[in-house]
Amino acid sequence: MIKPISSRGTIVAKTGNEIAAEAMRQIEPDVVAAYPITPATEIVQIFSQFVSDGIVKTKYIAVESEHSAMSATIAASAAGVRAMTGTSSQGLCFMWEMLYIASGLRLPIVMVEVNRAIAAPINIHGDHSDTMGARDSGWIQIYSENVQEVYDNIIQAINIAEKTQLPVLVAMDGFIISHCMEIAEIYNDNAVKLFIGEYKPTRYLLDIKHPYTLGSLDLQDYYFEHRYQVAQAMSHANKTILQIANDFNNIFGHEYHLYEKYKLDDAELGIIIIGSAAGIVKMAINELRSKNLKVGLLKVRVYRPFPREYIIKDLAHIKAIAVLDRVDSCSGAFAPLYSDVVSALYSEGITTPKVINYIYGLGGRDINIEHIKSIYNTLNKILLDKEEQYNKINYINLRK
Amino acid sequence: MIINLQTLSKTREHLTGGHRLCAGCGAAIVARQVLIAAGDKHVVVTSATGCLEVSTTIFPYTAWKDSFIHSAFENAAATCSGLEVAYNQLKEKGKITDDIVFIAFGGDGGTADIGLQALSGAMERGHKILYVCYNNEAYMNTGVQRSGLTPFGARTTTAPVGKIYQGKKEDKKDLTQIMIAHNIPYVAQSYVGNWKDLIQKVQKALEINGPSFINVLTPCRLGWGYPPEDTMDIGRLAVETCVWPAYEVENGNYRINIKPQPKKPVIEFLKKQGRFKHLLKEENKYIIELIQKNVDQKWKFLKKQEWLSLYPL
Repeated sequence: MIKPISSRGTIVAKTGNEIAAEAMRQIEPDVVAAYPITPATEIVQIFSQFVSDGIVKTKYIAVESEHSAMSATIAASAAGVRAMTGTSSQGLCFMWEMLYIASGLRLPIVMVEVNRAIAAPINIHGDHSDTMGARDSGWIQIYSENVQEVYDNIIQAINIAEKTQLPVLVAMDGFIISHCMEIAEIYNDNAVKLFIGEYKPTRYLLDIKHPYTLGSLDLQDYYFEHRYQVAQAMSHANKTILQIANDFNNIFGHEYHLYEKYKLDDAELGIIIIGSAAGIVKMAINELRSKNLKVGLLKVRVYRPFPREYIIKDLAHIKAIAVLDRVDSCSGAFAPLYSDVVSALYSEGITTPKVINYIYGLGGRDINIEHIKSIYNTLNKILLDKEEQYNKINYINLRK
Repeated sequence: MIINLQTLSKTREHLTGGHRLCAGCGAAIVARQVLIAAGDKHVVVTSATGCLEVSTTIFPYTAWKDSFIHSAFENAAATCSGLEVAYNQLKEKGKITDDIVFIAFGGDGGTADIGLQALSGAMERGHKILYVCYNNEAYMNTGVQRSGLTPFGARTTTAPVGKIYQGKKEDKKDLTQIMIAHNIPYVAQSYVGNWKDLIQKVQKALEINGPSFINVLTPCRLGWGYPPEDTMDIGRLAVETCVWPAYEVENGNYRINIKPQPKKPVIEFLKKQGRFKHLLKEENKYIIELIQKNVDQKWKFLKKQEWLSLYPL
């Protein structure tokens, strides 16, 4: 057990990218393999300067592609060291094959992912299309609302990955977080190093006294069990994530859960959202609450594993819910977060909340407080509408 | 370095028998000889997806006595570079004291087509790794499809012989020259059928402080269409006809290791293989002539390069 120590940090003004690089400096992984891509480039730029100046002893592999970034990170992790990478958008798409291999081989890699739209049309701005595409790849996905959360999530991710033996992706919204400067608290180096501890792999390839084969061919007789183990590890991971959040809070005084509730407990109308847009939802709530409207928010922090059994308890009493997805699924049905929320509710027999889906903010399209207020307004109408004539799938701030 | 069979026979086996590769498989011979060449060195092996990997690592079995990693098809070089960097780090931190060498295996497709980018990147970054391409000149694991290294005129399942086309229409790309152009310290061509040539080259490569690459012509009895017992002979014929010159380039200096006397006509190599059978037809004779012409040109080029290395301008 890590003893709480006096480590209350320093207040700084940093962008999401800068603070991610700062977290990586403090973590000082053994190996970082990365490839530049907007808007994540800055992270590895800043970090490689740390390497160049000898501030960190990390070995930096300037690979020739994201596919090789993930491949080299996988190999380094398998070799027995703490390995990290970062990417965005098309880069994550290019890694896609390797994402499943990282989780299938149970390697505790941490990746910083700056959310960006995916082509075509090419667009460099923030939405969740990239990481949502990887939602079933066996990576734990943790999203951040602001610069502080980016920093805190990256530090916690190291422990989460190493305890669960699953790779962890820490996401932040492109430009909105990655390039916007905010006030944040950073902790002292030693406290962070103590929190993450020294990496001690249980089995590693460079242990030449105990050689083994990693990445075998599984036929019909083993593949199913091995993939089941990944799924099991994922479904057990929430407990570990909560435990680590608790330890983190004890030491650093910042509280985290699988999701954040904002004025939700007595709410009749709720919004569920991921990432930076939660900020304006909170602002809208404050305004509407002053008019005695019972509105609340559930902001998903840990999207994978999806906190199914936790979330339903906090949603059962809500009368109308809007799930806001910063991604469209092109499935002909609903977007990912909506599908997860509704199936979680329905599977537990909770069918009272009326749940609708909003698609917003693709390619960095703005969403403002008026949009959020209009969503609560719609939810209110749904509540009063006995005929149940309302759209299940809605688009906000879109020219049709 | 003195190499004799007596010493080699006492060297530890890194790749055990009992794997599921075909009888007469060239890839198994390459892997075994390359690792025998490593001798008592500690090795960590990487393999691209392919015959060698799928046939040696069927869970829960493994034919590899060293640590072995496979992750995907196109990334053996990137994987190997990740291992090497992690090793350097652990060595610097004093967490590892033993010396380890890193060897990657990939077939021609995994190396020169889908894996060319990763290979090029790894070589450019200068990792101390040995990459061995077991080049059987087609995608054998998926059932003999043409690759960028399939030679002109060869029949494959995606460059079949038909009423209009007579096998592969294009010449193969010269992977060894591509690697030479990376200006790495050691590049070589070797082949199955001459253990001494391959072992010497591997030992040389493992002593070099930087990236090294060996392109090994690896007959595939299934894809090339010949009886399993002919693997060695076919490999040798490739060298004796100069279809596959055995040469090496050390720090930019060329050396042709085997100069066949006399240089046999290419038909001697072609006629033994099912993949070239259609070329023996009267109407396809011109294709053999083209192949011969091409081989002669490349042989001339190599001799010129060797001359320039011996007698610089």
